[in-house]
Amino acid sequence: MFNYILRRVLTSIPLLIGITIISFTVIHLAPGEPTDMITDMNPEVSAESRQRLRELYGLDKPLYIQYINWSSRLLKLDFGYSFSPDQRAVLDKILERLPITILINVLSLLLILIVAIPIGVASAARQYSLFDKITTVFVFIGFATPTFWLALLLMILFGIKLPWLPISGMRSLNFNQLSAWGMFLDYARHLIMPVFVSAFGGLAGLSRYTRANMLEVIRQDYITTARAKGLSERVVIFKHALRNALLPVITILGLSVPGLIGGSVIFESIYAIPGMGQLFYQSVMSRDYPVIMGILVIGAVLTLFGNLIADISYSMADPRIKYR
Amino acid sequence: MNKQKSTISDSIFWQQFCKNPLAIAGSIIVFLLFLVSLLAPVISPYAPGDIDVKSILEAPSLKHPLGTDQLGRDLLSRMIWGSQISLKVGFIAVGISSTIGLLLGAMAGFYGNWIDWIIMRLVDIMLCFPTFFLILAVIAVLEPSIWNIMMVIGLTSWMGVARLVRAEFLSLKEREFVLAAKSQGLSDLRIIFRHMLPNALAPVLVAATLGVAGAILTESALSFLGIGVQPPIPSWGNILTAGKDNIQFAWWLSVYPGMAILITVLGYNLLGEGIRDATDPRLRE
Repeated sequence: MFNYILRRVLTSIPLLIGITIISFTVIHLAPGEPTDMITDMNPEVSAESRQRLRELYGLDKPLYIQYINWSSRLLKLDFGYSFSPDQRAVLDKILERLPITILINVLSLLLILIVAIPIGVASAARQYSLFDKITTVFVFIGFATPTFWLALLLMILFGIKLPWLPISGMRSLNFNQLSAWGMFLDYARHLIMPVFVSAFGGLAGLSRYTRANMLEVIRQDYITTARAKGLSERVVIFKHALRNALLPVITILGLSVPGLIGGSVIFESIYAIPGMGQLFYQSVMSRDYPVIMGILVIGAVLTLFGNLIADISYSMADPRIKYR
Repeated sequence: MNKQKSTISDSIFWQQFCKNPLAIAGSIIVFLLFLVSLLAPVISPYAPGDIDVKSILEAPSLKHPLGTDQLGRDLLSRMIWGSQISLKVGFIAVGISSTIGLLLGAMAGFYGNWIDWIIMRLVDIMLCFPTFFLILAVIAVLEPSIWNIMMVIGLTSWMGVARLVRAEFLSLKEREFVLAAKSQGLSDLRIIFRHMLPNALAPVLVAATLGVAGAILTESALSFLGIGVQPPIPSWGNILTAGKDNIQFAWWLSVYPGMAILITVLGYNLLGEGIRDATDPRLRE
């Protein structure tokens, strides 16, 4: 067991190096020296940040030395300084934006789990029933709905036609006058639409996936045995089938991390939520390269950790996995 | 050749495909889209760039069936022309990603060993990046243009195809007809392209059809954020940006282009699932 975890951690190291190489390549896609391009395109870049940038990338040196310098700075969590007028350290800017993005992603993952798994189980238990057919239609529509469009529609419906929910930001104007409970409610009201929108695509995916897994498991011999013993359908489905069908869901949750993080760009910029996605969007619009690179690397590393944790939990949950 | 799996030319395939009403619906949607974008110059009631300052943000009426935008341009015409962008982006991006995926997957599956190890690690690394972040970062370095978008979407979405082709090649490699071809002394290239690849194409076709849907969704999201297809060229995504800016006054600008995206993506997804069901012998009774 310990060996398995150790080996799994060790195999992540080449991936980590690969992530930095690809990110490094992205910044060098620009024709000419990155600093020329950056400083030409961005009038806000001062002579001082230009100097910092040359220092950060060591642009007078050969490419491999530039890469080694850059990646050894990454090891010390030094991502350089932002081009924006505040010129703050990239890591500070990202860290202050990260909690809200993680909060929304965790809430939407929970929503996905709570809603999608029962739907998937129910439609597999009654394959080809009316319920199964209706959910299948919803799943197809869910896959085809652009999240940003859903966000717009919800804004029109619940923000403008029926003014029930706030359409942007995280706090109302009178937030500071509210009681603690009022603050909590205000926060929650601002979170409803973003969490729902970010969960929407995953709902369709996971319910479809749970359904497919359940159907696979229900065909197994041990389920036939359980039924032949005269167990009630309830016990067969929830005790014998569900546990086995849910195992691969752990992996799917790990794999859905990059999609969720990537999607945060869309709903955070629509609902004006001050998270990492919005920071990324603003940095792309103002060509703030140090921040872009920082978020790209951090996003990929978070995903790597997500997959690592998923694999390790899977190996703990499934006794059939052998550790060599 | 291998006859257990049906290829696309088989009559069994068509029999299975035509039995599936969802697959038929998908094909009709995709066919109509082709028709609309080919006939755009003929069927669009106005030119997509026609500005009419007297009819700014007009609600749908007989004159403008889907209303007008903030410059008084006819929404229906802009959406008809926008369908060309979706078609172009979908096909070229998927063309790029399928080619890369086929070549790398075939190499990994055929040669194995360290070539396989390197290619599969590259796949793992690419899968770590939140795709949307990677695309945005590249677009920030280059310029947002329709060609760059197609390139970037293609370069960031080949991993699924590579894995599929590799898996197919691993099982095909042990089959008699491949061993026979090898023992005849045929070159690797000939074995890969003439003997193995045709037998691995069915799952790639499915992935490519679903990939078109994904590429259209990505393009519309990028254009919506203002980093994709740039105005005045009409795309469904950038019309929705205008919808967001005028969300208080003009619901039609937000509703109709989104519906067009939804129906298009739905069409490609149904078609892809239909092809999968018809080519997968395990699903056959």
